[in-house]
Amino acid sequence: MEFLSGSEVIVRGAMTAGCRAFFGYPITPASEIMALMSEELSKVGGVFRQMEDEIAASAAAIGASWAGAKAMTATSGPGASLIQENLGMATMLEIPLVVVNAQRMGPSTGVPTVGSQQDLMQAIWGRHGDQSLLVLCPSSFGELFTMTIKAFNLAEIMRTPVILLTDGHMVNLRSSVSLDQAHEVVDRKMLDAKDAEAPFRTDESLVPGFPPLGKGFNVLLDTLVHDERGYPSPSSGETKRLLVRLKRKLEKNIDKIWTHEESGVSSSEQIVVSYGSSAISARRAVEMARSRGKNVALLVMKTMWPLNGDEMRRILRGKKRTIVVEQALGQLTWLVGPFTGDSEVVSVTSLGRPPRPNKIERVILNED
Amino acid sequence: MRHIREDRLPTIWCTGCGNGAVMNAFVGAVDDAGLDMKKSAIVSGIGCSGRIGGYLKADSIHVTHGRALPVALGTKLTRPDLTVVAFMGDGDAYSIGGNHLLHAARRDDDIKTIVINNMIFGMTGGQQSPTTPVSMLDGDSYLSAGPKPLDGPMLCAVMGASYVARWSTADFTELRSSMKTALTTRGFCLVEALSQCPIQFGKLVTREPLGLMKWIKDRTIRVEEAEKKGTAEGKMLVGEFIKDGKGLRPELVELIGRWSG
Repeated sequence: MEFLSGSEVIVRGAMTAGCRAFFGYPITPASEIMALMSEELSKVGGVFRQMEDEIAASAAAIGASWAGAKAMTATSGPGASLIQENLGMATMLEIPLVVVNAQRMGPSTGVPTVGSQQDLMQAIWGRHGDQSLLVLCPSSFGELFTMTIKAFNLAEIMRTPVILLTDGHMVNLRSSVSLDQAHEVVDRKMLDAKDAEAPFRTDESLVPGFPPLGKGFNVLLDTLVHDERGYPSPSSGETKRLLVRLKRKLEKNIDKIWTHEESGVSSSEQIVVSYGSSAISARRAVEMARSRGKNVALLVMKTMWPLNGDEMRRILRGKKRTIVVEQALGQLTWLVGPFTGDSEVVSVTSLGRPPRPNKIERVILNED
Repeated sequence: MRHIREDRLPTIWCTGCGNGAVMNAFVGAVDDAGLDMKKSAIVSGIGCSGRIGGYLKADSIHVTHGRALPVALGTKLTRPDLTVVAFMGDGDAYSIGGNHLLHAARRDDDIKTIVINNMIFGMTGGQQSPTTPVSMLDGDSYLSAGPKPLDGPMLCAVMGASYVARWSTADFTELRSSMKTALTTRGFCLVEALSQCPIQFGKLVTREPLGLMKWIKDRTIRVEEAEKKGTAEGKMLVGEFIKDGKGLRPELVELIGRWSG
C-alpha cells in the first residue's frame, strides 16, 4: 500500500500504460498532473512541454501520437472547452489520445478549486458533427490507476480519443492505495505496407491499422471527410460510410469498452445509480441502508460513453424507484433516462462537495 | 512530379492561383536540399494553402484551422529524425493561429514553416485577413493608415526565429532558394510567400493573374535596397531577414522602426 494523491495515481497509471508524451497548460485542479508528468517523463526520455494554451497542448499531443507515442494531456473546465475542436480532430483522424478532465465547478471560470461532475454531457457531446468518443470515469482510488491504463489501451485499440473524466475531489484526495494490481498494456495495431494504398479500409474490427511515419507509406490523414485512400471526398456516400464506421467501431467493440459495477440488481425494486466521486458516497449509503434491512440495488457506471444499451436495460428494467446521485443538475439523470421506463426517478444532486451518504440513505429509506 | 500525388491532380486551386508556384518551389527545394521525402512529415492547416499537404507524396496530416504548428511540434519532439514542415495561409498562421506562431518562434521550435500570404481569406469568399493591406489598396503606402497589416516574418524575427524570409511568387528562384535554406537550417524557419489570389484578392485589384503578380511585385522592395536607401518607400520588405542563425540586425530594427512609424 502507498499513500498517494489522486493526481499521483493517474500519473502512475499513465506511465504504466506506456505514456511517453505529455503536453499541458496550467489549470486548477489539473496542474499537479502536468508537474508530475514532467518529472516522470524526464526519467524515461519521454516528451514533455508546457504549451501556450490548451488548444496547443491537445494539438501537440495529437502530433506526438501521430508520430507513434502514447500521448496525453490533462485539463479542467475552461481548458476542457478549448480542446473540443482537437478532440474532433483526433476522432476524425483516428488518432489515439488520452485526455484527463479533472472537472471543476460551474460554467466559465466558476469555482476552480472545487470539484464537480458538470462536464459529463460536454465530454460525450462537446464536438460538432455527430461524432462520439470514449468517456471513462473512475469511481475509486484504485480505479484512477486501472482506468487510466484502460483509457490508454482503448485509445490504442480503437484509434480514438478517450476522456478520463474525473474531478477536483478525486485528484486532490490523498489515500492509501495498492497499485500492484495485474494489468495488461496494449499497443496500437500498425498498418501493413501492403495496405498503404487504402489505409482506411478496415477488417471486421472496423479499426484500420495505424500508419507509421518515416517508412515511405505516404499516408494522408485528413480532417476533411475522406475515402478509404484517405483522400478528401465530399460525396454523400463517402460521408455516410466514414461517419457510420466511426460510430459503429465503438458500438461493435462495446464488450471491450463497457465496464460497470452492480449489486443486488435482481432482488430489489429500488436502485441507486451513480458514478465517479459521487459513487463513493452512493456505495456507502447503500451499505448503510442495507444494514438497516432495506433491500436496494446499486449501479456504478464507469464507461460513460458509449453506453451498453443491453446492460443498461437489464439493470434498470422493472425498477419502481431509480435514485440518481451526481454532482450536477441532472446530467446523469438525463443519460440514464432512456432506460428507466416507468420507474419513479429521484435525482439527488450535490453541488460544491460530494453528496453525503446519510442524505442518500434518507432518500433510499424514503424518509425525505 | 515524383513528390506529388499524381492521382490527386488536378488540384482544387483556381486558374492563376499562386499556391501551385509555392508547391513547385517547395518540391524543387526538397531536391536542392537533398531531403528524402520519406524522412519528412508534412502538417498543413485549413484553407486553400492547407491542401498542399494532401498533394505532396509524403506522410502528411491536414489538421484543424490554425493548429499546424503545435501539431508539428508534437511530431518533431517525438520523431526528431524527421524534417517537419508546416504549410499555412495568412488566416491560418497570423489570425486564428497567431498565438501558436508567436510561441513557436519564441521557443525556436525546429519546424520549417511555409506561409502562403495571399492577403485575403480566399476559400471562404474574400474576407479581410490580418495581412490585407487596406491602405495600400486605397493607393496609399503599406502601413500608412487604418488597421495595419500583421507582418508575420517581422514578428518571427523579433521573437527569435532561426531563419526568416519573404518573397513574392514573382521571385520564384529566391523563394525556392529560401525554402532550401529553411529545410537545412535548425530551429524555427519561416518562409512567407506573397501569393496572388486572382479570384478573391483579384476583385480588389485585377483578376488577371500576371497583372496581379506584377501588382504585388511592384509593392515590394528588397531589404538590402531599403537598407541602402534608409526607407522601404511604403512597400513590403522582401528578402532574408534572419539568416545564418544570426539574430535581428540593427539595420533591420532601425528600418522596421522607420517603416512602421
